[in-house]
Amino acid sequence: MDLRYLKDVVTLKLDSEKCTGCGQCTHVCGHAVFALNGGVVEILDRNGCMECGACAMNCPVEAVTVRPGVGCAWAILNDWFNKTGVSEHQTACSKE
Amino acid sequence: MHYTVPAGLYAVGEPDSDSAVLVTANYKLSFDLLRRELSGRNLWLLVLETFGINVWCAAGKGTFGTSELVNRIHKVQLERVVNHRTIILPQLGAAGVAAHKTKKATGFQVRYGPVRAGDLPQYLDNGLKATEENRRIRFSLWDRLVLTPVELVTAWKVSLVALLLIFLLSGLGRNGFSFAGALSRGFTPGLTYLGALLMGAVVTPVFLPWIPGRAFSLKGAQVGLLGVLLLTLTLASNWSGESLVGLCLIAPAITAYFAMNFTGCSTFTSLSGVQKEMRTAVPVIILSIVLGGVALLLGRFL
Repeated sequence: MDLRYLKDVVTLKLDSEKCTGCGQCTHVCGHAVFALNGGVVEILDRNGCMECGACAMNCPVEAVTVRPGVGCAWAILNDWFNKTGVSEHQTACSKE
Repeated sequence: MHYTVPAGLYAVGEPDSDSAVLVTANYKLSFDLLRRELSGRNLWLLVLETFGINVWCAAGKGTFGTSELVNRIHKVQLERVVNHRTIILPQLGAAGVAAHKTKKATGFQVRYGPVRAGDLPQYLDNGLKATEENRRIRFSLWDRLVLTPVELVTAWKVSLVALLLIFLLSGLGRNGFSFAGALSRGFTPGLTYLGALLMGAVVTPVFLPWIPGRAFSLKGAQVGLLGVLLLTLTLASNWSGESLVGLCLIAPAITAYFAMNFTGCSTFTSLSGVQKEMRTAVPVIILSIVLGGVALLLGRFL
């Protein structure tokens, strides 16, 4: 079952000029966003990206960039409230 | 609650200087699961200090990160324990660890293993090669089902406030507040709230792939509307038109809200995507609840 989220929103960028074709991004991506093609990497499935940031973190030449984050509405709501000083609640995850 | 194991180097079986080194978080459940999957083998487990948080969440926060890994390797003097210079990390740790920086700082080459611990034996036997299949993050029916209690636990505080509000508003009549009125008139709205919560926090997550649309709130709104229509067909003989309109506006909004919050439990939503979804969904949810509330109050007092 292939679950898909919103189209054309992610901040993922690839600079093919910088890519050395090491393939590390293809190993760390959990959603098969990248594929090696003729010695360089290409973005095969941009809309599959969840912006976890593993590819950018592990790119030795900074050819891949993305604004990393967690796609969690709870965390975003808490962020909004904290900014307006209404609530000091933590997200469900950070309470662990 | 502390589900932690002390960070440091652990032995599984009787490892020697040629044995593989696997890195994990100090979340006790991950540690125990890993040891169970690896039983019968001889290898080293390097446990990082992630304060009892699992690999994925700790990598996102950066505690399962390059600096903790580098420091821990130095602290346990890993270079004196093993002859080789390879460490195996869970793939989900890659969001926090930079393999090339670790290599530079310690001499150890990071290899990313499979996503799931259950695929480790195959990975180890296969000469540290993960299959395409083992590299994919999934979100099965079972995964979604076991996460629904997280939603319900997160929802109890706001639900208590909502139920109290329903009770108080239902008690208000032309002759002031009445406790009996609160109970009798509040019963259906209270039940509708709990139904909407269940539809958003349990039913929508379970049926996620089959509900049309991509935004979680949109999926939830459809389930909520279906739920309230079913409720109407069974209970509505004594409902006024205003109550019907009110509940049909409020229930799907509540379901949409809880469905939207399930984005954090899912394994495929991006921050940019959830932000985009919320820019539309949150105002619509608020508007829908306010309009529904007005309809309910009009039905009561006019």
